[in-house]
Amino acid sequence: MKKFTYTITDPVGIHARPAGMLVNAAKSCGAKVTVSCNGKTADASKLMALMGLGIKNGMEVEVMVEGENEDKAFIEIKDFFQNNL
Amino acid sequence: MGMKTYAGKTVFGGIAIGKIRIEGKGKTIVKRCRIENVEEEIKRYHDAMKKASDQLKKIHEKAVSEVGEVNAQIFEVHMMMIEDDDYVESVENIIRTQNMNAEYAVASTGDNFAKLFSGMEDEYFRARADDIRDISDRLLKILADSNEKDSGETMVEEEKSSDNTTLLTEKQEPVILAAQELTPSETVQMDKSILLGFVTQYGSVNSHTAILARTMNIPAITGIEPRPDWHGKMAVVDGFGGELIIEPDEKTLLQYQERLKQLKEEEEQAKKLIGLENITKSGKKIKVYANIANVSDLYSVLHNDVEGIGLFRSEFLYMEGSTLPDEEKQFAAYKQVAQTMGGKKVIIRTMDIGADKKLSYLDLGEEENPAMGYRAIRISIKQPELFKTQLRAIYRASLYGNVSIMYPMITSLWELDKIMEIEKEVQDELKEAGIEWKKMERGIMIETPAAAIISDKLAEKVDFFSIGTNDLVQYTLAVDRQNGNIGDFYNPHHEAVLRLIQTVIRNGHAQGIWVGICGEMASDLELTDLFLDMGIDELSVAPVFNLAIRKKVREHE
Repeated sequence: MKKFTYTITDPVGIHARPAGMLVNAAKSCGAKVTVSCNGKTADASKLMALMGLGIKNGMEVEVMVEGENEDKAFIEIKDFFQNNL
Repeated sequence: MGMKTYAGKTVFGGIAIGKIRIEGKGKTIVKRCRIENVEEEIKRYHDAMKKASDQLKKIHEKAVSEVGEVNAQIFEVHMMMIEDDDYVESVENIIRTQNMNAEYAVASTGDNFAKLFSGMEDEYFRARADDIRDISDRLLKILADSNEKDSGETMVEEEKSSDNTTLLTEKQEPVILAAQELTPSETVQMDKSILLGFVTQYGSVNSHTAILARTMNIPAITGIEPRPDWHGKMAVVDGFGGELIIEPDEKTLLQYQERLKQLKEEEEQAKKLIGLENITKSGKKIKVYANIANVSDLYSVLHNDVEGIGLFRSEFLYMEGSTLPDEEKQFAAYKQVAQTMGGKKVIIRTMDIGADKKLSYLDLGEEENPAMGYRAIRISIKQPELFKTQLRAIYRASLYGNVSIMYPMITSLWELDKIMEIEKEVQDELKEAGIEWKKMERGIMIETPAAAIISDKLAEKVDFFSIGTNDLVQYTLAVDRQNGNIGDFYNPHHEAVLRLIQTVIRNGHAQGIWVGICGEMASDLELTDLFLDMGIDELSVAPVFNLAIRKKVREHE
């Protein structure tokens, strides 16, 4: 299991469209990705759960990547956050 | 009865006159019944999902062509919501464990998920409850259509409410549509040829539906509760004033008809020029842009087929409130303008307060001579924190369209160096925070004689000039334009002013940058030919003057 923390810089936070993109990234990375924020955790492959976290600009999230491909997936997901969120 | 006026909030300007049609919250009765064959019911649900996705794909295509890629993205999100694991799991679970029909399972799941969002603190996420209701309704309608067979299963009479607006699709007389709320997909699916205007009770000015109304050019207001007894009555939607008038009296009706006629005429004239380039007979392309002072001016901009915003006076953001506008508020306004204009140019002028534009909440000190005092870029340079907030908002908005920055009241080179220094700090801060922006053209207003005279040197440092003639005339002729007593001395056609303009154009061109005019002189039709002869590249005028200028440009040899 690998994890990183990240502070959201997207002005509107993890809103619908980037959440959708994250779901696609999480589904295709080959590992289980979970996002935690404010004591709540969601599976990143589930759109509504992810949006339900209500993550806004400036919030710090913890992202966990777990699974067989976690090394590769870790890099992919981290890149995704840095480029899109 | 008689005339009644209701005040709401403007979503989009324009005038609509016609009969009102109330879209009641028609209750779809969702039958709750036990089913015997669980797998068959789950298959029915999956078939409905598939169909819903297909529908959304079509709506998405329609939306892309009507309102653009960015605004259409919401329907891609709807497709993902319909396939969301938790949503699907919840529906299947209700079917499986409670032996309930798919309709009931979808309605319950939709309610639960919508509640989850409508209870959230943040307005943006709260608004997503509408999206969930929208997709749940879509599924329910498809399921209802598929449920032709009515077998003798045990029925338990129970109603689940659900929005079920009959869409404006059948042929009928054009109407003003009033509803408690409209979902984005309802808005896009309506037949626009019979839709005059929208009145809704809920839905923020920034909801997706509002954005769609704006892009589709339909007068719309929100914040008014529709009453069933309005149905079929004559009404006026005043999208400019945010008012709904039910049963207008003859005088009022006549006024609005007159206004509407005028708007239509403008539109007709604009249509004749749509698609035609603003090109002189000798083949020079001239940019004819618009000056705006507010987000709501976009209405006129869109209506007049304007090809760009040559001057977005950002100071309105500072003047409309009782405190300094924060970064988010500014960002939202700039983004909205950039997005609405699509890829067209939007030149944001940093705040020009001071002189005659005072702020109650910001003490600029008493001045003997405010026009020559602490104003515009001088405030920005001396109070860099204020300036940086604005710059950050503009930088962030740059991603959403074709944005340029313009600085007012420049007199010296060192000011530009100082501005670049501050801009550099903003860039570094954004970089550090991981916030992206797009490279923007950077220009200055030439509105002081000093700037005009050293425009050869200034031209080396910027991408364009825009001549602000109102101040240029006042400073060149030493005539206070606020003083009516000396109005005779305020002569924009003065040779000194015209020579300065010629100098600026020549110096700009020598450095290969474009030069425009955004002051009132730009809309002086007597001067258009002269400016074109001088080699002007751009004229930015109030949207209402746009057509006249375009016509004049096309007639120029």
